[in-house]
Amino acid sequence: MAETTTEGPGTIEALTLVPKAEARQSMKDFKSDQEVRWCPGCGDYAILAAVQGFMPELGLAKENIVFVSGIGCSSRFPYYMNTYGMHSIHGRAPAIATGLASSRRDLSVWVVTGDGDALSIGGNHLIHALRRNVNLKILLFNNRIYGLTKGQYSPTSEVGKITKSTPMGSLDAPFNPVSLAIGAEASFVARTVDSDRKHLTEVLRQAAAHPGTALVEIYQNCNIFNDGAFEVLKDRQQAEEAVIRLEHGKQIRFGAPLDSGLGSKGVVRDALTGDLKVVTVTPENEPQILVHDAHSASPTTAFALSRLADPDTLHHTPIGVLRSVDRPVYDTQMADQLDTAIEQNGKGDLSALLAGGDTWTVVG
Amino acid sequence: MTSQVSSPAEHADGTVVGEQRKPAGTKDVRRLDRVIIRFAGDSGDGMQLTGDRFTSETASFGNDLSTLPNFPAEIRAPAGTLPGVSSFQLHFADHDILTPGDAPNVLVAMNPAALKANIADVPRGAEIIVNTDEFTKRAMQKVGYATSPLEDGSLDGYSVHPVPLTTLTVEALKEFDLTRKEAERSKNMFALGLLSWMYHRPTEGTEKFLTTKFAKKPDIAAANIAAFRAGWNFGETTEDFAVSYEIAPATAAFPTGTYRNISGNLALSYGLIAASTQADLPLYLGSYPITPASDILHELSRHKNFGVRTFQAEDEIAGIGAALGAAFGGSLAVTTTSGPGVALKSETIGLAVSLELPLLVIDIQRGGPSTGLPTKTEQADLLQAMFGRNGEAPVPIVAPQTPADCFDAAIEAARIALTYRTPVLLLSDGYLANGSEPWRIPETDELPDLRVQFAQGPNHTLDDGTEVFWPYKRDPGTLARPWAIPGTPGLEHRIGGIEKQDGTGNISYDPANHDFMVRTRQAKIDGIDVPDVEVDDPHGATTLVLGWGSTYGPITAAVRRLRAAGEAIAQAHLRHLNPFPANLGTVLKAYDRVVIPEMNLGQLATLVRAKYLVDAHSYNQVNGMPFKAEQLATALKEAIDG
Repeated sequence: MAETTTEGPGTIEALTLVPKAEARQSMKDFKSDQEVRWCPGCGDYAILAAVQGFMPELGLAKENIVFVSGIGCSSRFPYYMNTYGMHSIHGRAPAIATGLASSRRDLSVWVVTGDGDALSIGGNHLIHALRRNVNLKILLFNNRIYGLTKGQYSPTSEVGKITKSTPMGSLDAPFNPVSLAIGAEASFVARTVDSDRKHLTEVLRQAAAHPGTALVEIYQNCNIFNDGAFEVLKDRQQAEEAVIRLEHGKQIRFGAPLDSGLGSKGVVRDALTGDLKVVTVTPENEPQILVHDAHSASPTTAFALSRLADPDTLHHTPIGVLRSVDRPVYDTQMADQLDTAIEQNGKGDLSALLAGGDTWTVVG
Repeated sequence: MTSQVSSPAEHADGTVVGEQRKPAGTKDVRRLDRVIIRFAGDSGDGMQLTGDRFTSETASFGNDLSTLPNFPAEIRAPAGTLPGVSSFQLHFADHDILTPGDAPNVLVAMNPAALKANIADVPRGAEIIVNTDEFTKRAMQKVGYATSPLEDGSLDGYSVHPVPLTTLTVEALKEFDLTRKEAERSKNMFALGLLSWMYHRPTEGTEKFLTTKFAKKPDIAAANIAAFRAGWNFGETTEDFAVSYEIAPATAAFPTGTYRNISGNLALSYGLIAASTQADLPLYLGSYPITPASDILHELSRHKNFGVRTFQAEDEIAGIGAALGAAFGGSLAVTTTSGPGVALKSETIGLAVSLELPLLVIDIQRGGPSTGLPTKTEQADLLQAMFGRNGEAPVPIVAPQTPADCFDAAIEAARIALTYRTPVLLLSDGYLANGSEPWRIPETDELPDLRVQFAQGPNHTLDDGTEVFWPYKRDPGTLARPWAIPGTPGLEHRIGGIEKQDGTGNISYDPANHDFMVRTRQAKIDGIDVPDVEVDDPHGATTLVLGWGSTYGPITAAVRRLRAAGEAIAQAHLRHLNPFPANLGTVLKAYDRVVIPEMNLGQLATLVRAKYLVDAHSYNQVNGMPFKAEQLATALKEAIDG
């Protein structure tokens, strides 16, 4: 087991302490010998392939990579990765991964979870992991349905969802996971889509490099119980209107392209309310189109962006990295406190500890 | 016997702090072999601190002692009310003692509520010191005294010392630049000074303590020391206190060694640090604050220089979850809680059973069910510890028997967890946690070697000759599986809560495999090597009293009383509740009658009857307090007489 080492102040690279692979890796190195048992056509296959394909790029010793999951279809993920892994219990993966990551800074720890696992039974652990900013990468597969229990509505399902448990329609308003994460002080929040491997990989790349907790919501199709839930984001024609692709430093534009090649719609800030709204781009308003700043210290605009999405139609759904800011990392600070304690008090001496306080001696 | 006496320290202003004070010898001195004192007041009166200081003085003097703090769950219950009364009982003696004592010889009552709440426990003839300043009409009415108990004869038969403690304290501090309210706060130190005089306690430790405690407020330190000395001088000079008492050091009670006074939670914390050191593994505590376990979290958080990581989680489940994650990573992982927390952790304990990772679950039991009695003691989590999980999920159980024994119990729990790769439940309780007694400080070379070997390479050869790593290939002796921690090349593997195939650890729903795995996990726990239970039976008795956990002191005290009265009774006490010691069945069957006193409704008795078909009888008490020796002796006598 690796000894605790101290980073110099200001070192923010998430993977500094994780040993590098000695040889060049390929996707094959990350495939375990276990048969993948998701339903044929499940969006999870695409995500697994993207992750396995992306891992070699990190160049980390694979014995120092750990995938921790909860319960649900997505949580079978660790079995298929040829790394260390734990398939734990429902909703608790962020807590378990917190213990692992905060005690072993030489590991790259990933959490794989779903909308039910992360936002229903495990909602508490998710928000606290985000606010603590433990060095974890959380992949939240959101299919807006319960798959493994065969089709009940989930905390991200649209209101009125007809399922086995809600034959007259679901009543509760859904969570927007990105809004929730930003509200929970997350330092990195992104959204991507299972079928867009290039985008998914780029988001993973940024998440992996982020020091602290990274939450990546991945829209994932459940072709058995909620097929086509994200079709509007995938169908090329509909996606023009529905998807807002965010890129740091670029104007937030989408919709049918103008002659310039840029989208015909854009996001501007309403001068009166301060809220964001979608406008048709004109030569007059073009200078007012917002430029996306993922690194803004304030989460206000990122939150406002997350609220543009209509939970029913998914129109105006932003994808990409909404927020990525540097903030003190829990496990780094925890290790620093240990170092400070040793500096101040010397390395622990058990004999001295036990014999501390008021003592007396019996000499017989 | 000698006590270490530290040298006094002179302050810049010329006052000497820490000088030992001795009675001038102008009054009668009587020798006693033991005394039980109870300090009682409002929860804001500092009674716990007063009791702690008197205990420290007594410990350094070399008496044997046992303490019983008793306080409400509310931090500041309304002043002057019965629910707001906080007390601290201390039993000290010139010989080996086992309990905080049944009935106080001396009650210090700081207000009418403290008198009313405690008088029923105090036998006629005892001394009662009351703070008369607080016995106003209003304060007495508040607790239902229509007339003053100091004047209406209701305290006849007691030796009552009416002392205007508040007035005397304020008077003693008039030279200090303090408000009356600030000065009044030192009245507990006045009381402590008075009692210290009465019982010839060493005073230098308290003066040094106050100097250190209020190092940043030297005026407050000086005022408290002044009040403490004023109380001492009051005893020395006033005629109301004609006699002081000597209780000689308990020379014969203590084997040679260096001692300190220690509470159960502190001993447990030290045991965990010692286990970490002896195992050469970093300690990781995942915990959520809960009475009466929080002090372990506090204590361990102070020792980061031992490489101790403490994680205050968002809830009980995250506390054990983080600990389990750290265990996967190779830490000595611990979670600390009380009964309600164990209920929340149950699913994760089950996961740990399935993952077969070492994990210590410390349950400082309190009164239940539900929130129950947060600050009171009980032993009613035994069956929860034993069975409180879904499926067949056996977990070893270890129970300390005295406050100091919490140190050894923690190390023993760690030994089992590390050797057998299993979660272990340690059942302490509120009485052990907050109570204290002298502890012979062990030399570190007396502690067991707990080092473990992580898996380093393949452990299995396939038919085709390939060397592989099987995470569930067991040690044939212990049935423990290998502990292969992340970062070890070539041993990448996946574990989870789904049933695993024997050996490979791959997911398996095969019926025969599940049957085998359930039986194997049970066999691993059943096969844990635990020492035989020892029976103390000097007279060839026909009745055995069997106990577990914190009832050790009261049971042993009761057994001594019976034997002193000529009765024959055998005693055995269990440290290991799962598995039971191998000889327990034989021991039980050797007696005509078995009686099991417990602070629950018969949980150990249920287990014993089920496992050994022995007609064990229960004697139960669930009032939030430990057994009293006299009461137990009576019950055991009835058992002997059949």
